[in-house]
Amino acid sequence: MHPAISVIFFTVTSGAGFGLVAMIGAGYPLPGGLAAAFFIPLLAAVFCVAGLVSSTFHLGHPERAWRAFSQWRSSWLSREGVMSVATLILFGLYALIWMITGERLLILGVPVALGALATVYTTAMIYAQLKTVPRWNTRLTPACYLLFSLASGFLLAAVLNGFAAGGSGAAGVAFVAILAAWACKYAWWKHAENAGLAQVGSTVETATGLGSIGKVRLLERPHSGDNYLTREMVHVVGRKHAARLRQIALVVGAGLPLIIALAVWIFAGSTLWLLPAFLSMMAGLFVERWLFFAEAEHAVSLYYGGGNT
Amino acid sequence: MTSLPQSTQKALGLVIDLDTCVGCHACVVSCKEWNTGGYGAPLADVDPYGDEPVGSFLNRIHTFEVSPEDAPASIVHFPKSCLHCADAPCVTVCPTGASYKRSEDGIVLVDESMCIGCGLCAWACPYGAREMDLVENVMKKCTLCVDRIYNDNIPEEDRVPACVRTCPAGARHFGDLSDPQSDVSKLVAERGGMDLMPEMGTAPVNKYLPPRPKTGPDNAAAAAPATQESPGGFLGWLDQAFERLG
Repeated sequence: MHPAISVIFFTVTSGAGFGLVAMIGAGYPLPGGLAAAFFIPLLAAVFCVAGLVSSTFHLGHPERAWRAFSQWRSSWLSREGVMSVATLILFGLYALIWMITGERLLILGVPVALGALATVYTTAMIYAQLKTVPRWNTRLTPACYLLFSLASGFLLAAVLNGFAAGGSGAAGVAFVAILAAWACKYAWWKHAENAGLAQVGSTVETATGLGSIGKVRLLERPHSGDNYLTREMVHVVGRKHAARLRQIALVVGAGLPLIIALAVWIFAGSTLWLLPAFLSMMAGLFVERWLFFAEAEHAVSLYYGGGNT
Repeated sequence: MTSLPQSTQKALGLVIDLDTCVGCHACVVSCKEWNTGGYGAPLADVDPYGDEPVGSFLNRIHTFEVSPEDAPASIVHFPKSCLHCADAPCVTVCPTGASYKRSEDGIVLVDESMCIGCGLCAWACPYGAREMDLVENVMKKCTLCVDRIYNDNIPEEDRVPACVRTCPAGARHFGDLSDPQSDVSKLVAERGGMDLMPEMGTAPVNKYLPPRPKTGPDNAAAAAPATQESPGGFLGWLDQAFERLG
């Protein structure tokens, strides 16, 4: 699949944003005072909204995006739109009450946190529902998205709590959260190795129905040039460097943040030191998300000479 | 609403005969010609006379080579357009309601004025039947020539999809595949019509008729590649004479 920068930016950034919203809503300890009550929700909202806005950049008609709220009964993409906006509205109310009264209402915070997680889940299901991309079509996809969102949101919340001299125990939790998220991703990669098109039973023989006669091979494409399908779904550029990029994602997204979190925990440092861990993890997630798209094999490639990789 | 209808009164679709198709691309041309002026926005052609022409097509012909184990390889021309699936995944993923399947005849259509151009329906389709229009930025797909088949303003023999009307080989057939007595259903039963990628669970309405078994020569010698036997008689003498000359 063609890795669209807007969609990569959206899934990583709003993943972290909704992770932070979930932490705030669930009552994670954060600094008090009016400034904190203003800037912390603002930061979370900026992450979420920046992601959502960037996701409209890949639309052909962004001015009609409001129509995407209508089909929540059948469409995961519509559900994502509804859940994200509903969660952000509730979160705005939560932030307003926090600013006015200085209280963080758990009774409102819990629905906000659940809404944030549901939003991330619906994002992941947009990909996980597609039978046409067998590598995405697994429950591990939403599991990875949720764990990455929680881990990056938790890191950010722990950094913010560093301003209130929060305990370094959070660094230990962050360590576990990062480890769990990447363990899930490792399982996803292992699953992907056995979820090629051929392994789920789709070959050029089933695509053409000619398998009962013999071995099938593409002789000629419909046109000598590219088309929307070959550009969007028969994209193979990323696969050449996949192994190297995976190493980079692991070192930057998992290795460095884990070392930093462990150091903060052991030396009982301020959790402000988790900021580089958060930034490094985000950089690693951009690479991971790029691979998520670039490595994905789409069934339509079978009609264009693909499926032998 | 992008939920699929429980059932459709008819299941209009195409039956494509892979035995007869000669790969002339006439259906591609007539499809483009009719649909660029018919339903919805024109079909884009970007840089049509330049180095990298690219455009939207609702019907494309692929060409495959099939190699049986015990016979020479053969060529199969393979027209592909929307299969108007009973369980169309492209419809249910649509966030806006632009994609829908009609309950009266089963045709899958896009209301272009509601399409946001997110492309998710094209991702959901295993057959590559949907293409984003590069100029209009809305999703394009085969309409089964919905503006021809019910059109009282054109002669009755023209009230079939443009690709069917134009096919010089008679390789394309149009009809109601939910009616077992229809010509297309009989053809499917007779010739063993098949689904493409049944494992995707899309239950396509369009069917493909496999190429008929090839009739081979009666004896093995005729089927074997030509061999070089030394000729006899005068030619044999000439052959040997030249051999001696070196």
